[in-house]
Amino acid sequence: MSSLIQGKFSKWETVIGLEIHAQIKSNSKLFSSSSTKFGSSPNSQVSLFDAAMPGMLPVINEFCIKQAVKTGLGLKAKINRYSVFDRKNYFYADLPQGYQISQYKHPIIGEGAVTIDFKDGSSKDIRIVRLHLEQDAGKSLHDQNPSKTYVDLNRSGVALMEIVSEPDLNSSHEASLYITKIRSILMYLDTCDGNMQEGSLRTDVNISVRKPGEELGTRCEIKNLNSIKFIKQAIEYEAMRQIKIIEEGGIIEQNTLLFNPQLGKTKPMRSKEEAHDYRYFPDPDLLPLKLEDDFIEIIKKDIPELPDERKKRYINEYKLSNYDSSVLTIEKSISDYFDKVLGCHQDLKKSAKLVVNWITSELFAILKKNEVEIHNSPITPYNLGQLVKLIISNKISGKIAKDVFEDMYKNSLSPEEIVNSRGLAQVTNVKEIELIIDQILKLNYDKVNDYKAGKTKLLGFFVGQAMQISKGKANPKILNDILIKKLS
Amino acid sequence: MKIDKNTTLKIAKLCRIKVRDEEIEELSSQLSSILDWVEKLNEVNTDNIEPLNNVSIATLPLRKDKENLQDQSKEVLSNAPEKLENYFAVPKVVE
Amino acid sequence: MEFNTITESLEKINSNKISIVELNDIFINRIKKNKNLNAFIYFDEENISQQIKKIQSSKKNFKLKGIPLAIKDLFCTKNMPTTAGSKILQNFQPSYESHVSQKLLDQGSIFLGKANCDEFAMGSATNTSYYGNTINPISPRGSQLVPGGSSGGSAAAVAANLCLGATGTDTGGSIRQPASFCGVVGIKPTYGLCSRWGIIAFASSLDQAGVFANNIADTAILLREIAGHDNKDSTSANREIPNYFENLNQDMSGKVVGVPKEYILPDIPEDISKIWEQAIKSLERGGVKVKNISLPHTKYALPAYYIIAPAEASSNLARYDGVRYGFRSEEGTSLDEMYELTRSEGFGKEVKRRVLIGTYVLSAGYYEAYYMKAQKVRRLISNDFNEAFNECDFILTPTAPSPAFPIGEKEDDPIKMYLNDIFTVPASLAGIPGISIPFGKSQNGLPLGIQLLSKHFDEQLVLNAGLYLEKNNV
Repeated sequence: MSSLIQGKFSKWETVIGLEIHAQIKSNSKLFSSSSTKFGSSPNSQVSLFDAAMPGMLPVINEFCIKQAVKTGLGLKAKINRYSVFDRKNYFYADLPQGYQISQYKHPIIGEGAVTIDFKDGSSKDIRIVRLHLEQDAGKSLHDQNPSKTYVDLNRSGVALMEIVSEPDLNSSHEASLYITKIRSILMYLDTCDGNMQEGSLRTDVNISVRKPGEELGTRCEIKNLNSIKFIKQAIEYEAMRQIKIIEEGGIIEQNTLLFNPQLGKTKPMRSKEEAHDYRYFPDPDLLPLKLEDDFIEIIKKDIPELPDERKKRYINEYKLSNYDSSVLTIEKSISDYFDKVLGCHQDLKKSAKLVVNWITSELFAILKKNEVEIHNSPITPYNLGQLVKLIISNKISGKIAKDVFEDMYKNSLSPEEIVNSRGLAQVTNVKEIELIIDQILKLNYDKVNDYKAGKTKLLGFFVGQAMQISKGKANPKILNDILIKKLS
Repeated sequence: MKIDKNTTLKIAKLCRIKVRDEEIEELSSQLSSILDWVEKLNEVNTDNIEPLNNVSIATLPLRKDKENLQDQSKEVLSNAPEKLENYFAVPKVVE
Repeated sequence: MEFNTITESLEKINSNKISIVELNDIFINRIKKNKNLNAFIYFDEENISQQIKKIQSSKKNFKLKGIPLAIKDLFCTKNMPTTAGSKILQNFQPSYESHVSQKLLDQGSIFLGKANCDEFAMGSATNTSYYGNTINPISPRGSQLVPGGSSGGSAAAVAANLCLGATGTDTGGSIRQPASFCGVVGIKPTYGLCSRWGIIAFASSLDQAGVFANNIADTAILLREIAGHDNKDSTSANREIPNYFENLNQDMSGKVVGVPKEYILPDIPEDISKIWEQAIKSLERGGVKVKNISLPHTKYALPAYYIIAPAEASSNLARYDGVRYGFRSEEGTSLDEMYELTRSEGFGKEVKRRVLIGTYVLSAGYYEAYYMKAQKVRRLISNDFNEAFNECDFILTPTAPSPAFPIGEKEDDPIKMYLNDIFTVPASLAGIPGISIPFGKSQNGLPLGIQLLSKHFDEQLVLNAGLYLEKNNV
């Protein structure tokens, strides 16, 4: 798949690396026991440590370490047995200590990789450089008061994992696939809630452009993007901006940018004008973190089946396509639903593709229309499984099934209940169908003659008539067979 | 003098300390002489020596993930030079 | 009655020969009579009487029942403001009690007030405090000598009998050097023995709480009460704390004392060399074997310290930004301007100098050459001690290169001031325990101190050796 961008004079390649800041799912903060709950009243989840009161000291949360290791294992990355917490020094209103505790030279997780899948069935590996633990900052509110900035420290000190990729991404599409995949893995692992609206996953984009095969260009960093849509828009805008500058003979200045979603444009951050010098050094309040093999082994046992493994299972066991499998597995909730449907009955495994179709067309459509999440679907996986079973065992036709499906959604009933109460079961009794056919052949005597004279296209007409009388319940194959026999 | 006025101003900016014009000269020369003095360390051969960051014998203690749900905002805000609506307030920041 | 030791006072209180109120009144009156020493930043009689009432109404079996203490103003205290000797923390009222001071309160001691100190513990003369100099109580008539620093208020308060003991903190000598200048006992324990939680940080990898008292026995009693593991401090050591007082034993026969040749400096005053020699002789008479040892990297300790400590301080002091507590300049209109003015007006000269140096040595391009280099030298210094302790049980040196000097001296030259810590800094870098005990006098009759160093967590040995020298003083 070519991802080159056509400039005025030549084609350009975009080179993108992402830094994803994922909020760790934990009850308490990284170095204090304040709650991590979202949306509480201002400064209500702030300990003396979080507010950087004099003499307060950090004590690390074991669960956050486990979550980071678990994520590292999920990203098939190197787990570093020795890591160090450093101070990253800078001043900002929502950074109470005047430094952020982070990991610089010795991160807890080293190199790893994730695979992204394209629609055409191809895939690409994106290399991960590292994952490190760090504290989140508080929140500055600039529009509450005309002359003041307000500071809320509730988020200050919440644990983040910063996941840094190599610049292996070459388009906004790839970037969005990559983030979706990372989000998916984190949610399978239950190490991050993946809630982008609440800021649980924020991305810094490093982006440069070059002519294919040439040296890397100067990169710019777009800070703090919190939706996939904005990430795509920002990359597309920024790539074109850089191409335009270079094609017009200018040079790219290394810069930190902000994306304005209203305008769809990037612009340099004003507060970052002066160069930063973070003066990293090992935090003397904390000792190096040493992980024992046992500690890692126990976490390993806790790793669930991840999207790529599930995908493989779907391809191997159910003979699904690569694309279908990745559509199912990217959202854990969809994949879980699918697995539950198949778990209903042994027979469904042979008809997995039919189940996929029902999920990705009918179910997605009706859920979307009603704005319902799949895990809250009124149609339970069991009932959907039963419905598909009715179809494959010829109890109802596909057409009737759609009708039953609507009813299942509206009334949360099982398909059997609906089929029985509404008498929708397919008629497979040959005698019964013969009776219907005899009836329509008698009524349309002239058309029977036409058919016999060679107008075989009329077969469809007879099928339609018979179906109408059977209220769609006649088994189409049996109906067809009898009709042809009687007409010949 | 290794710390010239510009360097002094640059460092002062980094650590957010305002240095008045009349202080710069003396400060720069004091900083320079302190640095000259500590550079005595260059006499020491430190090849293959690991830096010693901490002399504690402890191993990093790990805390259980228990949350404290107590609202400490009153305590936390009690010493604030300026607070408004339960927020700390600072001069307006333009991003 | 004199009442200048804890052991004696505890005995009188526990046998009801004196009440807590009566005992404390003696010290309150002395403090009032000695206001000119400026040993306290905070002193409030009403506050003291509240504390006494609380202790009197309790049935608990306190180990320091009613004992009047002074608390260095670097320890955060719930019922008294805490300033660290700085304008930037003027009127700061913590809502929490430091771990160490809480332990002392839990044993029924009475805090008479907050002792003056150098601003953020940065100094060797208690002359950088925003709240004025402390005067050494041993100053001869007509002169004003410094009490040493940074815990000068604590040392002076003990020396002038304004309290029976005091807490201090020692980062590079801030307990031992003022103890020497004021003629009292001061101990800096092993790094990690006492919790740093609630103590205003100067240089986190070096800061350690300790105590001052009038003799070894009292020091041993207080040390036991402040020592111990704290799960709020990640560098705190989880170890059994011995009963230092009950274990005191002045029989030193068979022990080996190391005398490091690198501590023999050409420009050291003769009277200091003399008392050093006398201390060695005294120990020898007690059956101690004397061994000449070498700590080859000693002369690099001060330069390494003056990189490491300011570097950590520059980061530790970043939180004083006028946002959440303390002083805020009224002038700034932008956030950055507010920061710069607040910190410029709120910090004193020495603090600013060290923050600037610390910022410089950590900044891009200089980190390796300064900070990293200093940390490597720190390892070499630590190794020196490890090797020395293969040959000897403890080490004996002078505490400071001079007796107390007049207020105002060395103020114009930061490096001259830094040299005060030349004998105390190496042990700080290695994290080993050190004690200063009064031993002999200078030509002018000023107190001098002898420093005893031992292995990590071997506080008992320096206390025992200290007790021997206390009983066998010249």
